[in-house]
Amino acid sequence: MIETILFYSLGTVLLGSGLLVITRTNPLASAIAMVVAFGALAGVYGLLSAGLLAVLQVLVYAGGIMVLMVFVIMLLDLRAKDLESMKGKWTTALLCLLGCLGVAGTPFWMGALSGLPSAKPALKEGFGGLASLGETIFASHLFPFEMLSMLLLAAVVGALVLSKKKL
Amino acid sequence: MEYLAPVTTTHYLALSALLFAVGTAGVLSRRNLFVSLMSLELMLNAVNLTLAVFSRANGDETGQVLALFVVAVAAAEACVGLAIVIALYRLKESVDLDLFRSLKG
Amino acid sequence: MLELNQIQETLLTADRWLWLIPAFPLLGALVNGLLTLAAARGILRLPPALHPVLACLAAFASFLASWGAFARFRASAEPLQLAQELFSWIESGPLKASFALQLDALSVSLVVFITFTAFLIHVYSAGYMKGDPGYGRYFTYLNLFLASMLILVMAKNLLLLFLGWEGVGFCSYLLIGFWYQDEAKAEAGKKAIIVNRIGDAGFLAGLLAVYTLAGTFDLGELASGKGAFTEATATLVCLLFFFGAVGKSAQIPLHVWLPDAMAGPTPVSALIHAATMVTAGVYLVARLHFLYASAPWAALVVSVVGVVTALFAASIALAQNDIKKVLAYSTISQLGFMFLAVGVGAYGIGIFHLITHGFFKACLFLAAGSVIHALHGEQDIRKMGGLLKPIPLTCVSFVLGWLAIIGFPGFSGFFSKDGILWHVLATPNPKVPYLPHLLYFTALFTSFLTAFYMTRLTLRVFFGEYRGDAEVLEKAHESPRVMTFPLLALGIGSLCVGWIGVPEAIGGGDSLGRFLEPLFSLSTPVADALSHSMEPIFMLLAILVSGLGLLLAWYVYGLKHVVSAKLLQLIPGGKKALEGKYFVDELYEVTIVRWVKGFAQVVSDRLVERLLVEGLVDKGVTALYAVARWMKGAQMGLVRAYLGYIAIGAGLLIYWMLK
Repeated sequence: MIETILFYSLGTVLLGSGLLVITRTNPLASAIAMVVAFGALAGVYGLLSAGLLAVLQVLVYAGGIMVLMVFVIMLLDLRAKDLESMKGKWTTALLCLLGCLGVAGTPFWMGALSGLPSAKPALKEGFGGLASLGETIFASHLFPFEMLSMLLLAAVVGALVLSKKKL
Repeated sequence: MEYLAPVTTTHYLALSALLFAVGTAGVLSRRNLFVSLMSLELMLNAVNLTLAVFSRANGDETGQVLALFVVAVAAAEACVGLAIVIALYRLKESVDLDLFRSLKG
Repeated sequence: MLELNQIQETLLTADRWLWLIPAFPLLGALVNGLLTLAAARGILRLPPALHPVLACLAAFASFLASWGAFARFRASAEPLQLAQELFSWIESGPLKASFALQLDALSVSLVVFITFTAFLIHVYSAGYMKGDPGYGRYFTYLNLFLASMLILVMAKNLLLLFLGWEGVGFCSYLLIGFWYQDEAKAEAGKKAIIVNRIGDAGFLAGLLAVYTLAGTFDLGELASGKGAFTEATATLVCLLFFFGAVGKSAQIPLHVWLPDAMAGPTPVSALIHAATMVTAGVYLVARLHFLYASAPWAALVVSVVGVVTALFAASIALAQNDIKKVLAYSTISQLGFMFLAVGVGAYGIGIFHLITHGFFKACLFLAAGSVIHALHGEQDIRKMGGLLKPIPLTCVSFVLGWLAIIGFPGFSGFFSKDGILWHVLATPNPKVPYLPHLLYFTALFTSFLTAFYMTRLTLRVFFGEYRGDAEVLEKAHESPRVMTFPLLALGIGSLCVGWIGVPEAIGGGDSLGRFLEPLFSLSTPVADALSHSMEPIFMLLAILVSGLGLLLAWYVYGLKHVVSAKLLQLIPGGKKALEGKYFVDELYEVTIVRWVKGFAQVVSDRLVERLLVEGLVDKGVTALYAVARWMKGAQMGLVRAYLGYIAIGAGLLIYWMLK
């Protein structure tokens, strides 16, 4: 019961802010809407017993990536004239949205979702929690985890190189 | 209060699909680079949501581990993407996606 | 139909080393070719002597391998047949042809002979072609030719034989037109291969006929009676293959390429147009002896064409003034003799004459080359004479060859030509009773002419007074040892090689005849029209006739009589006709060549140029470009458009995956 209410409210917030993201002229407004969306998404993760994921969503995405985005938006100091307006584009945007819905909803129309387990299985103690997830990572997925650090290093270096004024 | 059907996996997946659709629509229809990037992030988050849903449905934590990795990769990608935006802004003094047409022809 | 049990009785043993015989020259050609290319591009700098050394080594190695095989044959009490299948070449439904080599008595004799003469000629060429810019190229082609000829002779099925057949024709083209910068010489090469090709059409038709009738190309299977050839079908097949032989061996009417082929270097003329390639036709007929045995009319055609060609060519040789042309027509004439022999069924004798002719004709050609070399390019015999002193070794070799070809007793040519004459007369022909006599007298007259023109040649070139430029004579010197050694070797061979076939009638052992006899025994009709005791008498007759020719020539040319010019004018218009080779070339030019050239012109200009090149290629490319330009318009460079395409593609992919 609680789950249902939470799901629908969080879902509405999520989708609503998502729609806001894609329809705002000002990128800053989009960024704020994005943060709200992430918050709602974190809530949904919580509903799914993905505790660590929820926390990290807020920390990394909302607190890290979006902050970075806001920094860059501010850095570029865009004037009103530089920003595109949404006038006269609503029809195409709506059509586009409907098209994407069609594409994304393909599994639903194709009936591929009939074989899903309906009853939620019993979860182990601490499922999705820090300790449990940590064990899984370090036991079975150590290599990709370490490679991630390489990836982040590469990304840092790449970003530095790309944004230099003179190479 | 009316009777609300219990939330099944399918509901979650529908949510994820809708989010994905919104993200794709944003990427395809917006000309502003920032909004484009943010819509891209929405798409990634929709995928993350799907992973988490299936992880819960199967009782296997691998899905969440993967979602974690996706978050990390998305962070790296956002970083590099923004660096590119800065570089492009320096080039064209604008963040309008339609102005970058060097691939024409 | 013949039941060839005897063939089946021979020991058929698999041999692992047969491939070496053609492999050595093939490898030599490959290595020499690559080295020549590398040197031409400046990648390597090689001493020019490397090329002949490699080539001669390859030829000698091949000779050793052949002699090894021959030794096995001699050591074996039973008639031997070695075979080796290298790999399956064509397998298309019922058609199966493998790359299989064989050696039986016939092949091994020829292989030993070919490799030996080829080796000597390779050594000679090292001296003759020295300093030529195409030195490496020459030896590549020469080795390649040797490899092709060996494949031809060792082939176990007709398709592989055809491969060798075409190979030698191709190499002949390359070598005749070796100095291709001279247009006339290149034309000669072209003429050779085109006329050859006409004959090859007959060969191909023969192949088709054989396959349709018998379903196999394998010579062993055909020999043991597969295909059930009736007389009519056998005659057809024999005639078709004979047409191919006519082209390859320069018989009438496809003889026109051989005199022109003298444009090539003289060692080439010696090897290809005396000892080996032109003899391939004779080999083919001998190989198919079992078919000719069941097709008496075809065999008749062979013998008649042979003798007519012999007479025809000998008459032309009487009036030629170029030393090489005389020898060329002489070759055509002697080939006619060989065909005469195999035509009456005397296969062993035909092969015997093939071998002896190879020796003495190669000797004569090489000596002629030596003369030309000494006189710095002079080939007209009217400008020669008195060359005994300046080039004695050459003269001795030439004399040895001359004595052999006119049939001087004791020399090789005597035994083989005499054998032919005897078998022609002594083999009765049930269909045309007077034919043997007709053939005999024509052949006898031809040997008279042979003695005459060869003596004329010898006298004009070496004896009497020198009739050319004095300064040329001053510079004339004997050829280097690398050239004289093979020359003398062949000269001695011309004397001695006949002793393998001395007929029993005069006390000889006839080792060659007995060696080949098991192979041909069932196809050779018994020569019993005359008793063997008469043989010495006819031998004497032949000697007398040749002697007459010799004496007559000596009288006309040797004793400084100026009778020669008047002699030819005895026949009205005869001089012109003989000198002009009976105008056969001109006849061909007017009737056939002109139309073919015109047709080719039309095809190339209208069809190829306009339709294909302009129409297809030009317009096609323009159209393609227009389409590409139209498609280019779809790419606006718009990132969002590309993303849209990705999205659509992904959607379709998901749809199909879920289906």
